[in-house]
Amino acid sequence: MTAADWSAVRLTAELAALTTLILLIVGTPLAWGLARTRSRFKPLWAALVAMPLVLPPTVLGFYLLLLMGPQGLVGQLTQALGLGRLPFTFAGLVVASVIYSLPFVVQPLQQAFEAIPERTLEAAATLRAAPLDRFFSIALPLARPGLVTAAMLGFAHTVGEFGVVLMIGGNIPDKTRVLSVALYDHVEAMEFAAAHRLAGGMVVFALLVLVALYALNRPRQAGREALR
Amino acid sequence: MIEARLHLPRDGFVLDVDLALPSRGVSALFGPSGCGKTTVLRALAGLAPAAGRVALDGRVWQDDASRCFVPTHRRELGYVLQEAALFPHLDVRRNLDYGLRRVAPQRRRIALEQAIELLGIGGLMARRPDTLSGGERQRVAIARALATSPALLLMDEPLAALDAARKAEVLPYLKRLHRELSIPVVYVSHALDEVAQLADHLVLMAQGRVLASGALAEMLSRLDLPTARGEDAGVVLDAVVAERDAAWQLARLQLGGGAGSLWTRDGGLPPGSAVRVRVLARDVSLAVTAQAGSSIGNQLPATVELIADDEHPALALVRVRIGALPLVARLTRRSAHALGLQPGQPVWAQVKTVALVP
Repeated sequence: MTAADWSAVRLTAELAALTTLILLIVGTPLAWGLARTRSRFKPLWAALVAMPLVLPPTVLGFYLLLLMGPQGLVGQLTQALGLGRLPFTFAGLVVASVIYSLPFVVQPLQQAFEAIPERTLEAAATLRAAPLDRFFSIALPLARPGLVTAAMLGFAHTVGEFGVVLMIGGNIPDKTRVLSVALYDHVEAMEFAAAHRLAGGMVVFALLVLVALYALNRPRQAGREALR
Repeated sequence: MIEARLHLPRDGFVLDVDLALPSRGVSALFGPSGCGKTTVLRALAGLAPAAGRVALDGRVWQDDASRCFVPTHRRELGYVLQEAALFPHLDVRRNLDYGLRRVAPQRRRIALEQAIELLGIGGLMARRPDTLSGGERQRVAIARALATSPALLLMDEPLAALDAARKAEVLPYLKRLHRELSIPVVYVSHALDEVAQLADHLVLMAQGRVLASGALAEMLSRLDLPTARGEDAGVVLDAVVAERDAAWQLARLQLGGGAGSLWTRDGGLPPGSAVRVRVLARDVSLAVTAQAGSSIGNQLPATVELIADDEHPALALVRVRIGALPLVARLTRRSAHALGLQPGQPVWAQVKTVALVP
């Protein structure tokens, strides 16, 4: 592989790791809120979170580009704060990825939280645990499989994104040229051998992620069988 | 005193109760499924959003008039549900520690070891909840609640999810709890036999309202309440084991107030032990003269107090007093008529020894 390819791999890993970290921090309270809310507007919130699942990535990228651009609301805000403009920067890619991968993190977490019986949390309350205490001592440990799934799906999905990256980040080597874009470049240039190395690597990576996911979410069950 | 004045619209009825329960012993909330008794318990715990006032011995937990509402985790209570609701990711030891760790050391009045010993769960410490039987889970849940040294213990049908064998396994622990700890308990149940064995005070509920509330023995002897109607209607008598007859494997129970004694099968308790016997109305018969040549092992002089119609037109309920203790007999109306029973009349109350389980 060329140095440019390795740079794309490194950039992709950084983007996916940072995006996943932010999503876990932002997505966990969001998922908890969605799981526990009795609001009439729950379907609306859930739909907004799920939007990136159904929208073509280019549509999302287009609107994010406008929003973060010089005339966009977010763009004016970042400029006023002295942060400059986000499009065609790594930071812009992170923001876009966070939004694009949001449902992949929030939905497994939300399902895991919803699976926790209300009475388990009530029991914790009667044992003197305050709401935040209940969240960290009961809800989060019980949602562990959902947390693992969320992190892995969020990471893998960010690694694989293409449309949003192209719209927001363009194709700037060492700054915004991630794996999927590099692969596209190789194919366009008829460099099939190089394309194979990247594409094949992605296939292996995806497989490894899924194997790890299923393995990590299983040991409880295996332990239980062994006890019987 | 446990005060609860609660108002909450539910599906199909309005919960509206005003309770003053003794802050000693076990108070049972008894009634058919869906009568609102669980909601009362949840409101005491701060888990159901009822309007009104809740206070325990002057500690106010909720008072809408002064906009006071203490959240569940700041109320000194223990709560045991029908399902044990143990934390599946923690072993038994850490389940027990969960509440204990959240109580300041100077507020701990019950040692964890005491709770473990009381519920007989010492051998389960390293087990995970999903490897326990239903009865074991429920005992761990009770110990877990006790470990927080609650000022009030709330129990919501803790035996209802257990089969008969498991129920028989857990019930003695509940009785022991009652004897050895001075924590007031509010116990929700729709099983009269549990209530008869455990409660001191009985609250009868129906359709979100309190039908009657009072000391258990008196409540069970009232002929105007639904508890007097069922097949298992009857009173409870508190007694002390006076002697054991080793030859015939029988025990004589001395009733309170010098009212006489009852022979039962020997339950294995040493003389001096306090026991409670349940005497079902259908197991009591009345005679106007003392009977000789009868297989019935217990005959006690009594006075007829009240005669009431039973559910079936063929039957009557008769309340008699043995000294001050009430006993209820279910007779046919023909028998009551043939004996010419009248209030104030002296009779002999007969109870088969085999019908009594100490």
